[in-house]
Amino acid sequence: MTTGAKEEWPLWEVFIRSKAGLDHKHCGSLHATDAKMAIQMARDVYTRRQEGSSIWVVPSSQIVANDPGDKDMYFDPAEDKVYRHPTFYELPPAVDHM
Amino acid sequence: MQSSIEIDRTPATQYLLRVADTCLILAQRLGEWCGHAPVLEEDIAMANIALDLVGQARALLTRAGQIEGRLHDEDQLAFLRSERDYFNLTLVELPRGDFAFSVLRNAMVATWMKLLWERLSDSSDAELAAIAGKALKEARYHQQHSADWVVRLGDGTAESRLRIEAALSELWRYVPEMFDCDEIDEEASAMKLGPLWSDLKPDWQSEMGQILSEARLSAPKESAFQSDGKRGRHSEHMGYILADMQYLQRAYPGGVW
Repeated sequence: MTTGAKEEWPLWEVFIRSKAGLDHKHCGSLHATDAKMAIQMARDVYTRRQEGSSIWVVPSSQIVANDPGDKDMYFDPAEDKVYRHPTFYELPPAVDHM
Repeated sequence: MQSSIEIDRTPATQYLLRVADTCLILAQRLGEWCGHAPVLEEDIAMANIALDLVGQARALLTRAGQIEGRLHDEDQLAFLRSERDYFNLTLVELPRGDFAFSVLRNAMVATWMKLLWERLSDSSDAELAAIAGKALKEARYHQQHSADWVVRLGDGTAESRLRIEAALSELWRYVPEMFDCDEIDEEASAMKLGPLWSDLKPDWQSEMGQILSEARLSAPKESAFQSDGKRGRHSEHMGYILADMQYLQRAYPGGVW
């Protein structure tokens, strides 16, 4: 089934929109030689149970991620800033369910 | 052991069984790729196509049983006929071969099925027309997916090109059976059940021609060999497929899961 790492096809990240109006959500990744094949493979691997109405694929190599080692300094400082959540306001009834 | 059922060979029943069995037997052959395709993603794609074909076969077998009028259901028709009562194209019963062989066969059959479903969606039989409307969408994807592979292999490496060329020369001799006509087609066409298969030929040749030329291949000369699966006369491979498919229903009659 698998080929050697050196010959492996490029990796693609797959985003599926479940229905019109919602946003595309990351749902996994797959290997394909080019964009056209990646779209078809995504269709076959990730939408076979009616999960989607639209597909995006992006070469994984194009995704830029933060360094996991920076996790502490990036995300921990937000921990005690409760005032950043707008939970202290009285919402008028007209904007319920916000 | 469960014995074979006798079917009523009316033209309408046979016409439907020709299409149903072509779907059924190709699905069985494609299923053999499960766990063996070159990459995981394609493994799933092949299984998806096989499952679409099983779905089409089930709907058609059910309808064929209703038209036949002997209360045979889809399972009896799928598993309890004897070899001479299967009417699939010989093309689909050939062993799965290598990947090139399978994707080229898929492209040939999907192109043919797509053209057939287009016409069957105007059938005088409302049920068949509805089955065709649904199946057409599936066949269009099967054609696109398989045709892309034919192009990739034809226009790929020296090895892939050798393989697809070998597949082409092997498979092409089974093409005439897809378009030759007999009294079954004529009856079906007269009652507006479905088209004469010969009507599909010009479009099929032009669509396959496009796929092959994009793959830098050309269609071999038309073969004088005439296969006859659709009249119940099968290749030596058919008995083995039926043994695989039928064992369970023969040994455990009516078994379900």
